[in-house]
Amino acid sequence: MKKLLLVLAVVVLYVLHQDVWFWRSSRLVFGFIPIGLFYQGCFSVAAALLMWLLVTYAWPSHLEQEVEETDTREERRA
Amino acid sequence: MIPAIVVFLYLATVLYIGIFAFRHARGKEEAEDYFLASRSLGPFVFLFSLFGTNMTAFAILGSSGHAFNNGIVTFGLMASSSGLVIPLTIFLVGTRVWALGKKYGFMTPVQMFRDRWECTHIGTVIFVVQAVLLVPYIIIGIMGGGTTLNAISGGFVPFWFGGAIVALVVMSYVFFGGMRGTAWVNTFQTVLFLCFGAIALAVIGIGMGGFRSAAQALQAAPATSWLLTRERISPYYFFSYTFIPLSAIAFPHILIFCLTARKMAQFKKTVIFYPICILAIWLPCVFLGVMANRVTEIPQIREKQEARRVLATQGRTMDPEHRDELRDKSAGDDVIMLLLQQYAPLWLAGLLGAGIMAAVMASDSQILALSTMFTEDVFAFYGGKRRFGEAVQVQTGRLFIVLITLFAYIVALQAPETIFELAIQYAFSGYAALSPLLIAALFWKGSTKWGALAVTVWTASTVIAVAVLQATVPAPAPGPPTVLWVPGGVEILTRTPGGTAVYGFMPVVPMVIGSTLLMIVVSMLTQKPATSTLAKYFGGRKP
Repeated sequence: MKKLLLVLAVVVLYVLHQDVWFWRSSRLVFGFIPIGLFYQGCFSVAAALLMWLLVTYAWPSHLEQEVEETDTREERRA
Repeated sequence: MIPAIVVFLYLATVLYIGIFAFRHARGKEEAEDYFLASRSLGPFVFLFSLFGTNMTAFAILGSSGHAFNNGIVTFGLMASSSGLVIPLTIFLVGTRVWALGKKYGFMTPVQMFRDRWECTHIGTVIFVVQAVLLVPYIIIGIMGGGTTLNAISGGFVPFWFGGAIVALVVMSYVFFGGMRGTAWVNTFQTVLFLCFGAIALAVIGIGMGGFRSAAQALQAAPATSWLLTRERISPYYFFSYTFIPLSAIAFPHILIFCLTARKMAQFKKTVIFYPICILAIWLPCVFLGVMANRVTEIPQIREKQEARRVLATQGRTMDPEHRDELRDKSAGDDVIMLLLQQYAPLWLAGLLGAGIMAAVMASDSQILALSTMFTEDVFAFYGGKRRFGEAVQVQTGRLFIVLITLFAYIVALQAPETIFELAIQYAFSGYAALSPLLIAALFWKGSTKWGALAVTVWTASTVIAVAVLQATVPAPAPGPPTVLWVPGGVEILTRTPGGTAVYGFMPVVPMVIGSTLLMIVVSMLTQKPATSTLAKYFGGRKP
């Protein structure tokens, strides 16, 4: 369930990149940042947050374990 | 002259770091130490060097230049999509490749493919395609170095000499320091150009008297208000660009870098902070590129705007050569340097020039990656390591570095820059089309070597086809594209001012879809690797 939600979050963020709703707007945020640029900047922050979620809840720790086991076996053999 | 001196001091520092790395590794003539820094990079160096490896001259010079002529769309096209796709691929593919490298000693992607699909010469075909797509980067890096030094010194340092200095410095620290030297230099450079964006934004902002009035003036004028929107870009084109960052993980220098981490935990910070690093560099550069359109006191910027205006209004009636000439005149790759010359004090312009040089000199990792690939995938694979030993393998790698740098320098002096800029465009699409190789190797038991060969041949053929098409059909003026193929009234193939479109999408979209389909279909029709090989990669997992 957790992984499914994370996959869904990735898909949603990918779709949100295509922000057609601000396509033709030249509105300025804080008086100087174009809204389209501001949105895409916020999108980058959201991408970092999503990466944090992935690293926290879907980290492939089994790969680390496999490598450690291999290292231990080789050390014993040596 | 002061900025040039600061830049030369910077080059000396970079050289020293490379030689320091050489001393650090003295006595170790092992391939794994030279080419992968003994898989020992810590979290800070791993994050910044991996990020720096992926940031070329385009990150600073090209992004602001593209934004100058195309507006804010540049950030969404090239930065924010990369901020999502690249860390995601590092998370999914990079970590797995690292684990396999640690377990089985792989040093290049081709070594992994050969083992995973039980193939020999198909691996060599993949090596050739990867190498051919990588060479233009090295050439453009040297060209960028020559151009930047020439511009920073006000023409005092000629192009040939600037290019030679940059080639010599990069070659020296890669030659001596190997991966350790390259990683340390990349870390230093990344810190430098991460600072660059913020400082440049502040200095130019103060010089322009604040951005508020400039932004509002751009918004108010009909001739420039479109720069603050994406109304001149098709949503199909915008969507297509999200396929380009798939190329990052398929680039051999990025994948080889993934093998250098000491622990897998080092990927965590890289994955999380990658989008923030992209934001920190690209947002100021894109914003400054757009704002440069309001600068009236720099004659060179006015000339660029005039060339753009003439191209837009009279381009349709001009011959292709004249159009290309105007396109070159309107190119904005130097706007950020022009802004710095106008608004920054001399010493600061020098420091910021060093930041630009840092981005321009990103070809170091490509040189090292090519050398690693040649010595491992060709020299060692065809018996060189067995016959001559590991020390000779490292010396061969060093000799290869000298030869490839020399070759790149000679070509850089002879050929026009635009050719290689185009080649890099094709390389991005090509590497994106090669990315299904990695996904299939790591996640699909059913993939086969024949599927891998089909993907590689498809990639090479489509890159050549797009290149030939763009060389034979001249780019039209800004506005409606030239329609080339309309079967049954449907516009399938068009030549746009910026390239080629297939049903409105960039070629990278059909290229990636074609690669994926070929991998699936050909693999389903051909024999799978042995069960023992599959067990190495998938354990007891079902296909």
